Amino acid sequence: MNRLVWRRWKSRIMVGLMIGAVVVAVAPLLLILGTLVARGAGSINLAFFTQLPVPAGETGGGVAHAIVGTLLMVGVAGLIGLPIGIGAGMFCAEYPKNRLATVARFVADVMNGTPSIVIGVFAWTLIVAKQKHFSGFAGSAALAMIMIPMVMRTTEEMIKLVPHSLREAALALGYARWRTSLSVVVRTCLPGIVTGSLLAIARVAGETAPLLFTALGSQFMSRDLNQPMAALPLTVFTYATGPYDDWHRIAWATALVLIMVVLVLSLLARIATRQRFDVRQ
Amino acid sequence: MTAGEPAITEEPGAAVLQGRAVGDTVFKAALTIAVLAVPALLGFLVWELWVGSRLAIERYGFDFITGTTWDPVAEEFGALPLIVGTLTSAAVALVIAVPLSLGVAIYLTEFSPKWLRQPVAFVIELLAAIPSVVYGLWGIFVLIPVLKDHVFPFLRDTLGFLPLFQGPIYGNSMLAAGIILAIMVMPYIMSVSREVLMAVPASQREAALGLGATRWEAAWTAVVPYARSGIVGAVILGLGRALGETMAVTMLIGNRHEIAASLFAPGYTMAAVIANEFTEAASDIHYAALSYVALSLFVVTVIVNGLARILIWRVSRGQAGGGQGV
Amino acid sequence: MSANSLMTPPTVSLPDTAPPPPFGRELIRATDLTAFYGTFAAVKNVTIGFEANRVHALIGPSGCGKSTFLRTLNRMHEVVGGHVTGRVLLGRDDIYGPRVSLTNLRRRVGMVFQKPTPFPTMSIYQNVAAGLKVGARQSRPEIDAIVERALQQAGLWNEVKDRLRQSAVALSGGQQQRLCIARTIAPEPAVILLDEPTASLDPQGTQRIEELLFNLKKDFTIIIVTHNMQQAARVSDTTTFFYLGTMVETGATKQIFTAPTQERTEAYITGRFG
Repeated sequence: MNRLVWRRWKSRIMVGLMIGAVVVAVAPLLLILGTLVARGAGSINLAFFTQLPVPAGETGGGVAHAIVGTLLMVGVAGLIGLPIGIGAGMFCAEYPKNRLATVARFVADVMNGTPSIVIGVFAWTLIVAKQKHFSGFAGSAALAMIMIPMVMRTTEEMIKLVPHSLREAALALGYARWRTSLSVVVRTCLPGIVTGSLLAIARVAGETAPLLFTALGSQFMSRDLNQPMAALPLTVFTYATGPYDDWHRIAWATALVLIMVVLVLSLLARIATRQRFDVRQ
Repeated sequence: MTAGEPAITEEPGAAVLQGRAVGDTVFKAALTIAVLAVPALLGFLVWELWVGSRLAIERYGFDFITGTTWDPVAEEFGALPLIVGTLTSAAVALVIAVPLSLGVAIYLTEFSPKWLRQPVAFVIELLAAIPSVVYGLWGIFVLIPVLKDHVFPFLRDTLGFLPLFQGPIYGNSMLAAGIILAIMVMPYIMSVSREVLMAVPASQREAALGLGATRWEAAWTAVVPYARSGIVGAVILGLGRALGETMAVTMLIGNRHEIAASLFAPGYTMAAVIANEFTEAASDIHYAALSYVALSLFVVTVIVNGLARILIWRVSRGQAGGGQGV
Repeated sequence: MSANSLMTPPTVSLPDTAPPPPFGRELIRATDLTAFYGTFAAVKNVTIGFEANRVHALIGPSGCGKSTFLRTLNRMHEVVGGHVTGRVLLGRDDIYGPRVSLTNLRRRVGMVFQKPTPFPTMSIYQNVAAGLKVGARQSRPEIDAIVERALQQAGLWNEVKDRLRQSAVALSGGQQQRLCIARTIAPEPAVILLDEPTASLDPQGTQRIEELLFNLKKDFTIIIVTHNMQQAARVSDTTTFFYLGTMVETGATKQIFTAPTQERTEAYITGRFG
């Protein structure tokens, strides 16, 4: 065969293979979402959101306890993690050459790569082992620790996108540094910071591993952060690995709810970022 | 002050300009506390893991890494099966995910129509948003039945001459865990390689095309080598994710403390053993052994991620340098 | 008051190296001012006084230090990490003196930049009122009156009075720049520094700003950096020529452009370099 013809064919074959790769890579998302809807949607009704689980073997019941638990734990994690993450990100952006900023950036990268199960072990030794009981608060602490480096890095990136000229304009008006930072710089990139926070919340709302031996999970409604607490991802795990068919049904439905929460949060965040903030320069 | 009067010359003295910036002090102090919390937390984490595992470190030392028995009752702990299992599942994941992600990344940057790029990248990156436990659920009830009934028998029939694909077929297996991990790390490898490929200057491919290369040859011989270290970084980043992934693996790998040659056999990983045994640990030494596993996993992921960052950073720095000349 | 005057450093009698001011009172004076970036001196040993209610132009080729010098007059030079030696007196106050509040200083010495810098998250009204936040608390009607007056002084009132609540980034470049001038004059500074304020504008926008300067000098002392010599000749009462970080010559604009005493000034204004 002519060499040039072969080379052209080779190019075509490789492109064909790559298109195949695109199809294979896109397929899992559609398959997973499709199965979730197919197997989970049927079990979702009002009772599913408002009732507690029934004893094993019986059918019916809901995951109200897990919804409340996830909301509470993620909420508290946000209350702890967002101020620290945003504050640390602001520090890195305001004082970029400060040695603390360099250290914090490096540490945040390390923490971002740390497996969440390891953070779970840390929260266990730090809180559960010392209090001698499992608690929703220990779960919140673990989730907060996962949020902090994520939020910190996005905050810094977003602040850096604000043109320096805006900062100078505010300083030239006599604004003190704190006012310049808060009411002009951070205010300008607030949509970006909100996006980063939403993504971090979405990420930790789906986390299971750090809750396994901190919040532990529960079959009861618990609003006390000092007690073991249920969460949607824990419920999926427990029910999926359990022996009963009805549990599997609930696992699918819970997973569907969980993924809706996570995807809606991520989509919201992405749409917000796409619009970006209008800094005309 | 009325217009037309330059009032300042009438002001009585230097005190006009004086004042204190208390707000700035408070502001910086607040931010400093926040930023100090970050290294403090990591320091705390390392310290607590160290303290937690000291009992096991003192008793087993480095033999922990080479021991093959894991028996909480006899208080004998060897982590080799866990380490092998962690590395094997991650290796399987990379063997599957790397060609796929690179194929997608190269296609999207070099070949695809423009309108296709964003949607495809978006859909694949959404995979990263799916919680691990949902992958596990899907793996148990959808993936494993298909693998067990169709894919594994087919592999044994065709590739059965390799030890990897011999022996009895289990549903929950190293290969099942590897496949789910592949899906999970793919978005990371894909999006980072896409970024480094997009950072390759257009002149690279134009030069190759100008010399008469086909589009594939231009992509493979001019663009990819230019981005090589960044792509390696992306792969290593994926490796870091695969090593630490917990829930999906715990649900699919079979959780058996054994080293098997066959990928059809169950195995165990470091993350999975912590997930399974930590709540049920009965003795201090068991906790310590699990903490030791966590500490080792932490150290490994720090090294792997550090390596990845250095490689990716080298490419993006090269790009910044090239950009200044334009 | 008497306590204040006790702490006041005695007004120094300045070494009279600069030519004597031809008219009016001197409002701001730099003495032996050197401005550094790290160890590099971008402005060297400049001594010059600026009289009240005049437009003062600073000209020179790019990199000559004119912008850096301008930024030493409200201590914006420090924002980018620079530092200075020498002193700058505003009235009788040393702006580099101990315990000087940058907020108080910059309320007296406002600044307008090369590119318009409206705050993108604020409305037109909020932009103009932005500088009032750092002063004494004022009532809503007072602020309304100040905003209107500032916009009128900046020649923008008629164009925006019906859309004060709208975003400031929707304005054209020239309007944005006049908005920034309104924002700068709203807190009634004594001095306005303008750093090439028309460099990013079209000819119409430039013309509006130049007309404005003529009106504004009734109320303010204006120091403008420009790379455009025609502009300096059109708008300013005095012109100062900078070259390589040193002040080469200063004087009445007419004299500088018709009978410069320095050879380098003449070379520059006749276009032989720069």
